[in-house]
Order: sequence, then structure tokens, then C-alpha cells
Amino acid sequence: MIDKFVHSMTEAMAGIEDGSTVLLGGFGDVGIPTPLLNGLIEQGARDLTIVVVAGGRDGSAIERLLSLGRVRKMICSFVRPASLAGRLLQRGELEVEIVPQGTMAERMRAAGAGITGFYTPTGADTLLAEGRETREIGGRLCLLEYPLPGDVALIEAWCADRWGNLTFRESARNFNPVMAMAATLTIAMTRNIAALGEITPDAVVTPGIFVDRVLHVPG
Amino acid sequence: MADSEFLPLDRNGIADRCARDIPEGWVVNLGIGIPTQVADFVPTDREVIFHAENGVIGVGPAPAPDKVNPFLINASTTHVTLRPGGCFVHHADSFAIARGGHLDLCVLGAFEVAQNGDIANWARSADEPVKQVGGAMDLAIGAKRLWVVMEHTTKEGHSRLRQRCTYPLTAKSVVKRVYTNLAVLDVTPRGFMVLDMIPGLTLEVLQARTEAPLYMEELR
Repeated sequence: MIDKFVHSMTEAMAGIEDGSTVLLGGFGDVGIPTPLLNGLIEQGARDLTIVVVAGGRDGSAIERLLSLGRVRKMICSFVRPASLAGRLLQRGELEVEIVPQGTMAERMRAAGAGITGFYTPTGADTLLAEGRETREIGGRLCLLEYPLPGDVALIEAWCADRWGNLTFRESARNFNPVMAMAATLTIAMTRNIAALGEITPDAVVTPGIFVDRVLHVPG
Repeated sequence: MADSEFLPLDRNGIADRCARDIPEGWVVNLGIGIPTQVADFVPTDREVIFHAENGVIGVGPAPAPDKVNPFLINASTTHVTLRPGGCFVHHADSFAIARGGHLDLCVLGAFEVAQNGDIANWARSADEPVKQVGGAMDLAIGAKRLWVVMEHTTKEGHSRLRQRCTYPLTAKSVVKRVYTNLAVLDVTPRGFMVLDMIPGLTLEVLQARTEAPLYMEELR
């Protein structure tokens, strides 16, 4: 029987190694798997590269992870100057790679889809293209982008079954489905659980084949 | 001419002026800041589909305080509603919409716009360590039209409409129109063409506040 449910946070976080690249779902306060991130803090992995849309507000679990010195590098589309990530960056204590948000999503999609690189006009005429490979395609300058795979993805779902099929609530979908595709180990937390076959097949957004572990976190 | 003879638009005024030019049927992405306010001035009976980069298609107005759905926010992370017919996509699809030419219009704020349509809206200098690109570069290169709403000048009085941008670019030659607190201007092969000015303002006074050269079509 296939059963991807795990029954404790310890089990959910088992095997995450120091130096891992962790893809972290969410946008604003919506769709962020904060309990899993707290689990990662407890688990203790260090020297992490975190891939997340933004550098984390003060008071967030990302800020806690940063304040514990567990993050070596952050790949994100923006950092608020007033946040801890912004302060660490200004002091040269955190490596940050700024990636346009759509490029970030597409690089993870590419990683999950077996695409080994792609050209995009996004950012091709900007500072972000300095020293990188560009090419004119169809009369437009384009920038070569590489896939962005994760060792681990931490994602938040609304409902899951034991095969790991997932649904999401409204804009809590955001990065979660592409991150689920892009990681070697995808760990989902879900607010609700369903018996196998109970989620309408048409309603499944992320098929369980992209998901390795599911932890039920009611609330 | 003294300032008292014309009254620059406030932020709502700029948003209202921009909203007037958005026709029914368009798919529109609004950036954070003044652009987000544009939606408040599009009458609800005019069907415009607002796209938010976090995967919301058919963004509706703000909810009543007792009707907030904590899972439903826009790109500014403000709680919104969904119009009937609206739906949700994940981030890669949301930016496929942006990059793939499926937006009729994107409205962004900016630090500067150049007369060739260059836009600078993500960093004040190349050396600034903290940068905030967000989705601006994808939206700027992908939408069928890019309009900018912004104050005509900085707080210090420097023109934001330039012959060349002085800040790092977000994208080259993409802006089609600019709405400021003083005027509406199209970006044309000849540079900035003034379409509209606030009452009491003359081209001469507007030019005095604008670093880039301006022109108006002759009245026929």
C-alpha cells in the first residue's frame, strides 16, 4: 500500500542534510508552511540555501531561521531593507541571489520538467544579466537561465490523500505546485486529509507523484 | 506661473485618470502602490479581468471587514475578493500569463521613465545591496502594453521623465504611456508626446518640470 502520510514532525524532517537547498512555498503570509519551517528549525540542518519569494518579514519563521544563523544563501525576488534579511545582507553576512519572480518560478518548473535551460527576455537588458550568456532570439535580447532544483521542498496544501495528491486554497497555491515538482524530497503539510479517491480527480492540482511525505497539520 | 493656478492630482486622482482609459474586456495586471488603486476607479459594470502575480485571475474589490478570506490576497499581500468567473493558477502559470503576452495591459510604478520607453523601478543604484525586483521585470517585458503611473517629479523636484534613466533599468523600450500628477504622455518615436494636462497647466510650465523634451500634436 502506498502511504505517504508521516505521523510526526521528526519523521517529516528526517534526513534533511546540512547544506541542502530548501524550496519554501508561500507568498505574503499565504501558503507558507510555517509549521514545517519550525520543524526544520528543530531538526537542526545548517548551511542551508533557501529559495523563497521574499526575504521574510520580521516575526516570521524565515526570520527565526536566519537569526539562528542557519542560512548561508537566500535565493529570492526581493528583500525588504528593514527586515533581518536586509540587515544581514547590508552587513555582508548573508549571500542573496535576486531572481525575477517569474524567472524563479520557471527555473523551478524547468527543474521539475527536465528542461536543462531556457532563454527569457526577462532581465536581459539589466544589471542581472551582467557577465551572463545572452542571445538575440526573434529580435529580442534574451538571457540564459538554468533550472533551480531543490534537495527539499516544504509546501502547504489544503487537502491531501495517502498517495500525496494535493489541493490548495485560493491564492495559497502560489509557488507550492512548482516547488513540489522541483525537489528531490517534497514534504507537504496539509490542513485536511481525504480518503483515497475522495478528492475529485479533476480537482487535484499536484499529483502525488510529485510528493514524498505528507504531514497532517490541522488548523 | 504660480503653483496656485493649477492643482496637481493626488494619488487617487492619478489612479482615476488611468482607470478611465482601460476598456472593457482587457486583462490587466496592476503593480503595487498607486497602480493597485487603479482598480478602485474602474466601474464594476465594466468587465476588466485583473490578474495578480500570485496567481489570482479576476481580482475583485476589498472584502467587507467581516468577509475576509485569509487565503485570498493580491500582489501587495492585501486581502481581496474574487469576481465570479475568476480562478487561481500557480506561480509558473501566473508568470506564463505575464511573460507570454496574455496581459493586454500592465500598470507599474516607477522611479524614472526615459523618452525611449526605458523603465527604472527596482533599484536606486547599482551598488545598493538590497534590491527588490519582485515580478516587475517579467511583467515589463511581457505585457502587450506597459503604462506607468507615478509622480511627475521626485520630492526634491527632479524630473522622473528623463532623456535617459539614471537608475538601473527594469527593462528597455517597453513603456507606452505615462500618467503623472500633472499630465498623460505617450512614448513615441519622437519622444514624450503630451496627450492631456491638468487644468490650468501649460506645455511651457510642464516642460520646465520635465528633463526630457516634450511635444504636442498640432490641433487641426
